[in-house]
Amino acid sequence: MSTYFNEMMDRGAVRPPYAQLQGWVDQMPAELRNLKQAEAEALFRRIGITFAVYGEGGDPDRLIPFDMFPRVFAAQEWFRLERGIKQRARALNAFLADVYDRGEIVRAGRIPARLVYLNEAYEKAVAGFRPPKGVYSHIVGIDLVRTGPDEFYVLEDNCRTPSGVSYMLENREIMMRMFPELFASNRIQPVEAYPELLRSTLASVAPANCPGEPNIVILTPGHFNSAYYEHSFLADMMGVELVEGQDLFVEGGQVYMRTTQGPKRVDVIYRRIDDAFLDPLCFRPDSMLGVPGLMDVYRSGGVSICSAPGAGVADDKAVYTYVPEMVRFYLGEEPILQNVPTWQCAKADELTHVLENLGDLVVKEVHGSGGYGMLVGPKSTKAEIEAFRAKIIDAPDNYIAQPTLALSTVPSFVEQGVAPRHVDLRPYCLVGERIELVPGGLTRVALREGSLVVNSSQGGGVKDTWVLAE
Amino acid sequence: MLSRTAENLYWLARYMERAETAARLLDVGSRIAMLPNSEQGYRNEWEALLRAGGSADAFARRYGDPVQRNIESHLFFDHENPSSVVSSITRARENGRIVRTALTTQVWDALNTAFQEMREMERRPRSAQSLSVLTDWTMRHSALVRGAIDATLLRNDGWDFLNLGYVLERADSTARLLDVKYYVLLPNLSFVGSGLDNYQWRTLLRAMSLHRAFHWAYGGEVTAAKIADFLILNPQTPRGLRPCVQAMTHHLDRLAQAYGAVTPAQEAAQALRDRMEAVTIQGILDEGLHEFLTRFIREVSGVGQKIHESYLGGDL
Amino acid sequence: MRLAVEHVTTYTYDRPVRRVVQSHRLTPTACQNQRVIDWAVTVSDGVRGGSFRDGAGDRIEGWSVKGPVEAIEVRVKGLVETQDMAGVLKGLRESVPAVAWLGETAPTAPDGALRDLAAQGAGGDALSLAHDLAGLVAGAIAWVPGRTDASTSAAEALAQGEGVCQDHAHALIALARLRDLPARYVSGYMFDAGEAGEAAHAWAEIWIEGLGWVGFDPANRCCPDARYIRLGCGMDGAGAAPIRGVARGLATESLQIAVAVAQAQQ
Repeated sequence: MSTYFNEMMDRGAVRPPYAQLQGWVDQMPAELRNLKQAEAEALFRRIGITFAVYGEGGDPDRLIPFDMFPRVFAAQEWFRLERGIKQRARALNAFLADVYDRGEIVRAGRIPARLVYLNEAYEKAVAGFRPPKGVYSHIVGIDLVRTGPDEFYVLEDNCRTPSGVSYMLENREIMMRMFPELFASNRIQPVEAYPELLRSTLASVAPANCPGEPNIVILTPGHFNSAYYEHSFLADMMGVELVEGQDLFVEGGQVYMRTTQGPKRVDVIYRRIDDAFLDPLCFRPDSMLGVPGLMDVYRSGGVSICSAPGAGVADDKAVYTYVPEMVRFYLGEEPILQNVPTWQCAKADELTHVLENLGDLVVKEVHGSGGYGMLVGPKSTKAEIEAFRAKIIDAPDNYIAQPTLALSTVPSFVEQGVAPRHVDLRPYCLVGERIELVPGGLTRVALREGSLVVNSSQGGGVKDTWVLAE
Repeated sequence: MLSRTAENLYWLARYMERAETAARLLDVGSRIAMLPNSEQGYRNEWEALLRAGGSADAFARRYGDPVQRNIESHLFFDHENPSSVVSSITRARENGRIVRTALTTQVWDALNTAFQEMREMERRPRSAQSLSVLTDWTMRHSALVRGAIDATLLRNDGWDFLNLGYVLERADSTARLLDVKYYVLLPNLSFVGSGLDNYQWRTLLRAMSLHRAFHWAYGGEVTAAKIADFLILNPQTPRGLRPCVQAMTHHLDRLAQAYGAVTPAQEAAQALRDRMEAVTIQGILDEGLHEFLTRFIREVSGVGQKIHESYLGGDL
Repeated sequence: MRLAVEHVTTYTYDRPVRRVVQSHRLTPTACQNQRVIDWAVTVSDGVRGGSFRDGAGDRIEGWSVKGPVEAIEVRVKGLVETQDMAGVLKGLRESVPAVAWLGETAPTAPDGALRDLAAQGAGGDALSLAHDLAGLVAGAIAWVPGRTDASTSAAEALAQGEGVCQDHAHALIALARLRDLPARYVSGYMFDAGEAGEAAHAWAEIWIEGLGWVGFDPANRCCPDARYIRLGCGMDGAGAAPIRGVARGLATESLQIAVAVAQAQQ
């Protein structure tokens, strides 16, 4: 265990960003801690923030566990992260604008044509169409892990509709309510501007023909969706309508929403549904969630869709390998954030390496998400490894593999008191006319001892994430 | 406001009111069952009540024998009966969850607490829960939700749609209860004015929590004419038809004013109110109470249809 | 050749529907093979929506009908001057690279028989291979109308050895992609001097490096010439459909199509 970087304790000394927290936790008796934990849970329950897991059944109103011990970044640490995240968000958007236009990066031989153009997420339907301001991915969620004081790795990019930002905001809200003294004694940068920034980001990509203040809506698959809470929370915080496909219709090259006062024009759609379901006339004809004719309006410039349909080709796990190359190609810069070394099982020699070292590797499905369909070699039994080996051999193109990273730990409240637990970080970068990043993000924590899987569907919890002012 | 949001608010209210109606039916039924048996036994009376709730056939298929325990199951716990207390509260809460941000924390709390407690009750053994506990529980939670709405919601269009849901559902259920009593409950005309008849009338008033109010307002002997006047025309009766119609036009007028546009919904409600203002109790009895109520129910449903077309469907 | 087109599609519903929305690929492709002299699309009670050229260069136009209606008529009427370019599509501007047309869709998914057939294609260069594959399809699937429908896949049509132009096109696309040649489905019209045949027609295009897109019509054992009018393309028949639409309501729809292509007097 000593090989893991502990973000609070370094060689027996408390690292500076956590200085204040040492006293705080030392002075908190167990009874008070339990009391606070119960209070936090009641608050979450009251505001209705719950998380339902796809395909798991059970209680759809289950709470995601909240760990009160915050995760802290010093201003200097964040400064570097921020530059790296924004750089990556710029490169990903430049890549998308390119592959739907001339495809220079492919022509230059820096990324294989088939990887891009035969990718499931590549949408022929939007080739040649340039969305407003040339932005495809308006909310880029970049999953980061840390292995040392200065070592950060990007685990994956989320260019479509990264979820979880409501936890970033609610976690902070709850910490401020329960521990106001911590906020008085630490100089913690606020994250509450996020909804306002999201709103102005969306407004900045309104169609050119939009008269006056754009009407923005959030498009949700509906109240049965596991992230419905987040959709309604963001709509409320931004002061925009939360709509389902059935609330919208197209006419005369515009999109309208059905209101009690008749049709009202819609200019920007922040959609939280997948491309395939957006428009039965363009994509899956059986989709009941989408808006018939929406894509025709989009491609003729009558409405903006965020993220742009087709943005998924940039966050594919096989394309991920080439993101550092995108940074060099489009920005002429060296990547500030590193990729995790990745082996592509689609390549014969790399597949051999993967199969020989399954016990040490993490293997993921190329198109999977949420920690499903994944093998963590060092934490798996022989039988599990062999079962997975068969799956890889059966369809090697579907898998990539990475070394098991020594994820950093942050002290967390556990039954016995306080103990280190592994964490990752998802910051949310906003890309519109400007690129914005609020100082913070969602820290996910693997609450089971020794576990490296932070997904909420696999026993993960969340923490408030602090960025200290200088 | 999104049409669908308005629709969710409207149905939230309708389902809350429907839960209360189911509880009241249960209460009426159990009191009637305490009577010495009439010639046909009390089976007829239960069936009549089920008919008022519109679920007599479904009940017969699912349960067969209308004994108290089956009726309790049907009207309170049955998820397959769309008008049962659990169905209604589940749907009210689901509608509320969808438009969570259009509600205050207090309203959501009241709604969600009712739902969570109800799930608790479903898990508890049935023998530990008497009928009066069930009906009291329903009344209490329905009042809590209603109170939270009155005390904390902004008086905007959403408020009007909630209220429209309440009053339309209430007008419908009062009319049905009254109709059942008069038309179905009495086995034959010879009972009119008899001791049995009066007992049943009183039970009906009691089920609507109106028996004391009635005596304060009318005093003396209970007659069909007095009760009809009380439940149909008296402007002070909280669950009466006339106040429901007045509230209907009130909320629709507020909408017309806020939106700066009159729709067929206002016209339909106005026409209904004009008729209610003009009618007398003698006129109703001459037409026949059943005929009057049947027409009333149809007209209320017509107003609901117009509200749907004008505001909730979004197909203007 | 100067061709006059009249194409009427009538949708009737057994009860009124609202908010009918359609996406049309009903305008002749802007390329050197054909020139539009006159062209008009109208929809009864319809409102014209957005119009644009998609990544494959097709003109797409949205339409909506508010309703309620019980019938909708889509009427296409126009005059086009065509030229024989020996099947080669010339002068079309498109943004989708050829390699993207190598993917697989359900109607064009290969099975054992299609693989076997594809393997029979000889030919030295890509062009002669493509001709070979087209010939193999024509030989393996006889033109027999009424035996297949819109949902029949290439594999099914090959198995029964009968089909119409849609099945020929699907089968050829499947074979070409199996041989690593990008291929796509084209919908359009065809003028037939005889009385038989379908005036609404479909064929395949295969990407030949150095030459570009080349059309192949196995149903008629030829390459598209001056008798053909090209409307648009897609990965398969559904993707290239001239009209896609959806209506709100629980009605049952019935469809009637009348197409006439005639040689115009000069």
